[in-house]
Amino acid sequence: MDADDETTAAMIDDEIYANGGGEDEKRNRPIISGEPLDVEAYASLYGGRTKISRLLFIAEQSRGCRNEAMELEALRMAYDEVKKGENTQWFRDVAQKIDGRLGPEYQMDLAWCESVDRRAEQKREKLENELNAYRTNLIKESIRMGYNDFGDFHYSHGQLGDAFKNYVRTRDYCTTSKHIVHMCMCSILVSIEMGQFTHVASYVSKAEQTQEALDPITVAKLRCAAGLANLEAKKYKLAARKFLDTGHELGNNYNEVIAPQDIATYGGLCALASFDRAELKACILILLFFVFWNKVIDNLNFRNFLELVPEIREVINDFYSSRYASCLDYLGNLKANLLLDIHLHDHLETLYDQIRNKALIQYTHPFVSVDLNMMANAFKTDVAGLEKELEALITDNQVQARIDSHNKILYARHADQRNATFQRALQTGNEFDRDVKSMLLRINLFKHESNQKQSKKS
Amino acid sequence: MEVLVVNIQGLSTNPGDLPNLHNILKQAHDSLHAESIRLLPLLDMLDPSLHSLGYLYILEACTSSALSKEQASAVVLPTARFMNSCSKEQIQLAPEKFISVCKRFKDYVMQLEAPMRGVAPMLAAIRKIQSSSEHLTPLHPEFLVLCLLSKCYKAGLSILDEDIFEVDQPKDLLLYCYYGGMICIGEKRFRKALELLHNVVTAPMSVITAIAVEAYKKYILVSLIHNGQFSTSLPKYTSSVAQRNLKNICQPYIELANSYTTGKIADFETVAQKYQEKFDNDNNLGLVKQAISSMYKRNIQRLTQTYLTLSLQDIANSVQLNSAKEAEMHVLQMIQDGEIFATINQKDGMVSFLEDPEQYKSCGMIERIDSSIQRIMALSRKLTTMNENISCDPMYLAKVGRERQRFDFDDYDPVPQRFNI
Repeated sequence: MDADDETTAAMIDDEIYANGGGEDEKRNRPIISGEPLDVEAYASLYGGRTKISRLLFIAEQSRGCRNEAMELEALRMAYDEVKKGENTQWFRDVAQKIDGRLGPEYQMDLAWCESVDRRAEQKREKLENELNAYRTNLIKESIRMGYNDFGDFHYSHGQLGDAFKNYVRTRDYCTTSKHIVHMCMCSILVSIEMGQFTHVASYVSKAEQTQEALDPITVAKLRCAAGLANLEAKKYKLAARKFLDTGHELGNNYNEVIAPQDIATYGGLCALASFDRAELKACILILLFFVFWNKVIDNLNFRNFLELVPEIREVINDFYSSRYASCLDYLGNLKANLLLDIHLHDHLETLYDQIRNKALIQYTHPFVSVDLNMMANAFKTDVAGLEKELEALITDNQVQARIDSHNKILYARHADQRNATFQRALQTGNEFDRDVKSMLLRINLFKHESNQKQSKKS
Repeated sequence: MEVLVVNIQGLSTNPGDLPNLHNILKQAHDSLHAESIRLLPLLDMLDPSLHSLGYLYILEACTSSALSKEQASAVVLPTARFMNSCSKEQIQLAPEKFISVCKRFKDYVMQLEAPMRGVAPMLAAIRKIQSSSEHLTPLHPEFLVLCLLSKCYKAGLSILDEDIFEVDQPKDLLLYCYYGGMICIGEKRFRKALELLHNVVTAPMSVITAIAVEAYKKYILVSLIHNGQFSTSLPKYTSSVAQRNLKNICQPYIELANSYTTGKIADFETVAQKYQEKFDNDNNLGLVKQAISSMYKRNIQRLTQTYLTLSLQDIANSVQLNSAKEAEMHVLQMIQDGEIFATINQKDGMVSFLEDPEQYKSCGMIERIDSSIQRIMALSRKLTTMNENISCDPMYLAKVGRERQRFDFDDYDPVPQRFNI
């Protein structure tokens, strides 16, 4: 069976690279793969604030891993992006982190900071005056636009709390459901950046209630946001469902939050960790469809667009066809780069553990007895470690089996229902006995107390 | 005095004369008390079983003042004989006197440092004064104290096995359950001990008593030994004073319980060491040691859930014992006690864990189930009767009637108007 595995693995590899688009001649490198991340290509997937926050996150992580080249690359790109915007706080942070290591062009530019701050102050005064004027005139629509502009202003200057407050204030002045949807989308965006995913969830549900005003792209955006909120809340099954429900229409329309690959990655990993086999099969089909549709629609877009999606699809395929060793291997390769993702970082360990446990459980499920040596081979681990892992799973009641440590065999064990029922019945009887007796005693004591009180009163 | 004796002898035989005799004795009460211990020789003229009431009054007068050691030892023997042989009907006429005589008897026996002498008479006394086997008398806790001090645990158990439903004094019940718990611990009947201590801790009380505190401490330890776990939240029906205060007073024990649940023996032992003096002062050190050994047992039992066979060395490693030999000792002991089912293969150093051989098919098991069902049906009938009694209780009806006033006069009102107090 092992030889078989090798050839099929090789074939799958070819398949992955063939999927990349027959029109390109050279082999397309996937963006997130076992090889070090191409920061530039990765960053090109995003826009807006999330681009910079992701770059900063990558820089932070690389510093932790002492990967100076990647750190500087990320910081350089962050510097360029920040300078295009108006967020002086971020600029100061980035310049400080670079610390002169990238040469004179990437130094702290105080003049720039000051001019931006001055302009910001002027703009803020202007906006405030306008808003006050609108407020005195009591024109709802203008007030709403005023608060909205204020929110946008704060957002671009990195004052997320103020931005959120202003967006929420527009709620009172919304007259059509389109306004409400707009407000929700802005609030969601700011909440995601602030990391407050409970707000995200509530605004998503608020937006979803206005059915009429929702076009397919907005629906897809909302599903994405809901998926992210679930991911952060560690509800992996719900997150996977939301991500996979996001339609292909999303395309690049939400790249200020998330890239299409991310949907596939997040959705795929969460699905692997939490779906059962039937749902997993459906997931594979959805991802296939995702690939196909996007290939048809977006074949002009960046070349590496599709590379990741087949990767995740292959991982899931491996898992589904019980090629656990190659699946887990692959996941291990992807790990380093997935850790650089701002949303996955905190959850990757848990997801990986869950995936590994599921693999172990699924492996043992169909058998009456399993040779632990063969299983250790299949999972590329040693027997002692495997025994420990299985012990944890059995204690947790996720695997119904017993280990014969002497002969290194795992025997399936199905509880004897009849005996268990008798035992439970007898136990319930004893508990009833005990509880009723102590209850009758307590009643007696209460009667005593109340009798004493009665006699004291009279 | 002689007149009194003659009266007693004369009027005791006929049950119709007893109230008369009782009055005479009550009138003579003070003069008897004045004589006190000098009345002792009078007892020789009376027969405890025939002239119980008179005997009782004289005995009570004898013991009413403090006695020296010799006087005490002189009184003890006749009292014991009296308690064994007195007549139940006559005693029922003056229960408080009887109880106080028995209590003083216990004090003398303890003073003479011979608690064993008091066990059998006290048991007999309980039987005489109990109105039914479900009745708790003030003598019950005294009896249990004697059993504890003389280490006659089995005698104590015979009383404990009876269920109590009627209580005269709440304090008696608390003491009874506390001492009963200690006796059960001595006999290693941890389930019953847990029940009794639970009753103390959850009894209705308006202030925290020392009994409740000590009972709670033992309750924690026994819960660890028997159940392997302890939850600090007391049931809802516990009194609010208990819920608020018990945990704070017994802090070292709570810490101990928390370290037990982690499963690490080393941690548990460190905490036990830390508070060793405290445990010793409370006389709970023995229980703490038992808790430690129960931890080993529980860890080994957990292994039976996961493994079919396991080497002794692996058992020693996972349970944190020092060597395979020690593991073998532990496993052997547990097999003998019937706590696990296993066989040890000494050649390979392997232990094979077996399933519980109980198939629930034997006659004995069917009898057991049948008796359980009968017992529970009886309990359930008892509950229904109690419910009916309360619904007829005038005080209950009065309270309910008061609340009924809100309703319209014309509404169907099952509570008669007469009870709208």
